[in-house]
Amino acid sequence: MASSLVTPPVVKARALNCPNCGAAVALRGFGHTLTVVCPNCLTTLDTSEPEIKILGQIQEAQRCDLKIPLGTRGKLAGAEWEAIGFQQRMAVEDSDSWDEYLLFNPYKGFRYLTEYQGHWNFVTPLEPMPERLALGGRPAVSFEGKHYKHFSGCEAMTSFVLGEFPWRVQVGEKVICDDFIHPPFVLSSETTRDEITWSRGEYTPADAIWQAFSLPGKPERPRGIYLNQPSPYEGKGSMWPACLLMLLLLAGLAMFFAVFSRENVVFRNSYYFSTLQPEPSFVTPVFNIDGRASGLQLIVHADVNNNWAYFNFALINDDTGSAYDFGREVSYYHGTDSDGSWTEGGQTSTAYLPSVPPGRYYLRVEPEMDAAGPYRNGTKKYNAVAYDITIRHDVPNYAWFWIAGILLLIPPAISSLRRRSFEKQRWAQSSGPVKSSSMLMSAVGSAIESIGE
Amino acid sequence: MSRGTNCPNCGAPVEFRWSGAVQAACPFCKSVLIRSDLDLKTVGKVADLPPDPSPIQLLTEGVYKGNKFQVTGRLVYQWEQGGWNEWHIVMADGQSGWLSDAQLEYAVSFLAGGSQLPTEEQISRGKRLRYQNTDFEVSTLTVAIYKGFEGELPFPYYEKSDMLFADLRTSGPAFGTIDYSENPPLLFVGEWVEFEDLQLKNLRQFEGWK
Repeated sequence: MASSLVTPPVVKARALNCPNCGAAVALRGFGHTLTVVCPNCLTTLDTSEPEIKILGQIQEAQRCDLKIPLGTRGKLAGAEWEAIGFQQRMAVEDSDSWDEYLLFNPYKGFRYLTEYQGHWNFVTPLEPMPERLALGGRPAVSFEGKHYKHFSGCEAMTSFVLGEFPWRVQVGEKVICDDFIHPPFVLSSETTRDEITWSRGEYTPADAIWQAFSLPGKPERPRGIYLNQPSPYEGKGSMWPACLLMLLLLAGLAMFFAVFSRENVVFRNSYYFSTLQPEPSFVTPVFNIDGRASGLQLIVHADVNNNWAYFNFALINDDTGSAYDFGREVSYYHGTDSDGSWTEGGQTSTAYLPSVPPGRYYLRVEPEMDAAGPYRNGTKKYNAVAYDITIRHDVPNYAWFWIAGILLLIPPAISSLRRRSFEKQRWAQSSGPVKSSSMLMSAVGSAIESIGE
Repeated sequence: MSRGTNCPNCGAPVEFRWSGAVQAACPFCKSVLIRSDLDLKTVGKVADLPPDPSPIQLLTEGVYKGNKFQVTGRLVYQWEQGGWNEWHIVMADGQSGWLSDAQLEYAVSFLAGGSQLPTEEQISRGKRLRYQNTDFEVSTLTVAIYKGFEGELPFPYYEKSDMLFADLRTSGPAFGTIDYSENPPLLFVGEWVEFEDLQLKNLRQFEGWK
């Protein structure tokens, strides 16, 4: 059978001369092109019939600068594409405009590149109709197992056209657009009186476009956050699991110390102090600290009652004379007021000395109190307290574990805050509700007719 | 099986590539040939087909769901927004199917035994139809003009003019078409396919493209 009689094996590119200005107009879309806008004089031509018809004229003032010149080829998503058409569209409501480049491959068909304020999307037309649903009250659609939330809708008007299109395109044409997002993807519907068409865009960094089409210079920096721009804080995985793991390790370490620390009581004694004593300071007998250099804990418990006492301590090595000087206040107040009973402070105070080496030590103690106390000796008022001192050696300092734990929480907390703030900025530009009424009208409730098993 | 015969109009040798072919065009005098068990008759002339930018042509081969197929025929339609092709394909197991190419969006479908199809008066956009556990929705109604055919077809198909097609879509790759050019109407069911998945061979070439 002689099929070659009907279809020539090599399809030739066509060109025509603009019937208005005579300039050569390339037809890069082979026979698919229905409309072409002369790049020279901006006359819109109908190329669907052998005889070229003039459809309209676009004003020179509306001419846009194209970032990808028509006729430029580039490789994206594993195939070669040629930019053959361009249109600028704007939202009727606020005149916010965006650019759309029509890409063509004679085997794989048509794709689009859209650009808004430096944000680019590679867009593939979809034949399936995503399923309508509602996610937590927000309209949404489901496609290929992913949920897309409604982001915004508008009435869009074509404000400028250049080059070729496989459909009849004209300045002033209006469609209802709705965008549903699942970053880095966006599903967009375009609704006219007769039909609804869907497409899927994938957010593509401008650098990738510049590289694919070998464009000169550098792309402009994208402004703001685009609706399907992937969050830089998403996808790298949450830091919380790692943080939780570290906290568990830290808790394990603390438990290890708790179990294996000896926490030896190396000294304990009870004392009495009165402001009548002429010389309040004294030294304890020498006691031994054995084992390894380790944390030392001093606990002072004083029977203060709506009163305070201050203790100056010096832990002195009997052999070397080196001393650790420190002090602790014990104050305990309580009472009743209009809000009920209250307390402040406590009768115990703890001091912690990290890494005290073994050796023979004694403690120098110097208590202080307010001289005018509740007690009387004849006419003289004085203050007094009973207290005891306990010293334990080889005590882990759990404060470090708490500090480490809190420090560990900071990076994931910051990351979560940033993530949330990014999403907040993204959704700040969202506008509901769904614009295309057919989206709402169509048809979850309507009856299904069976046309065969 | 003898496939060779002669054109009743011009006497030129006509060879049917596919044993199930019912309609073909004489490659020499462009007569439309209808084959029955008994004879071969001519029912008119093939119109010149409009220039066509499809990469597919007669004898293009491909693979669908692991089954090899060959393109044996083609129906050409035109509607308001351009033209489209229904390429008749014959699978390796002899099954007859259709590969549509509408502005380079490809789909493979087969004649389905639908029953109780809505009539031309009953069909409307948004209508929901269930066929074999798949829910379809009528997405568009297209009035098309039959522009002609080439190659071999599984049924007689000529003297058509304006005809109505109902496009049935789902949320997935499944799609359907109700063809109202026949009475009763015909249901075709299939799915959208990616060009590269069809592994097509013997395609047309395009100037300036590899």
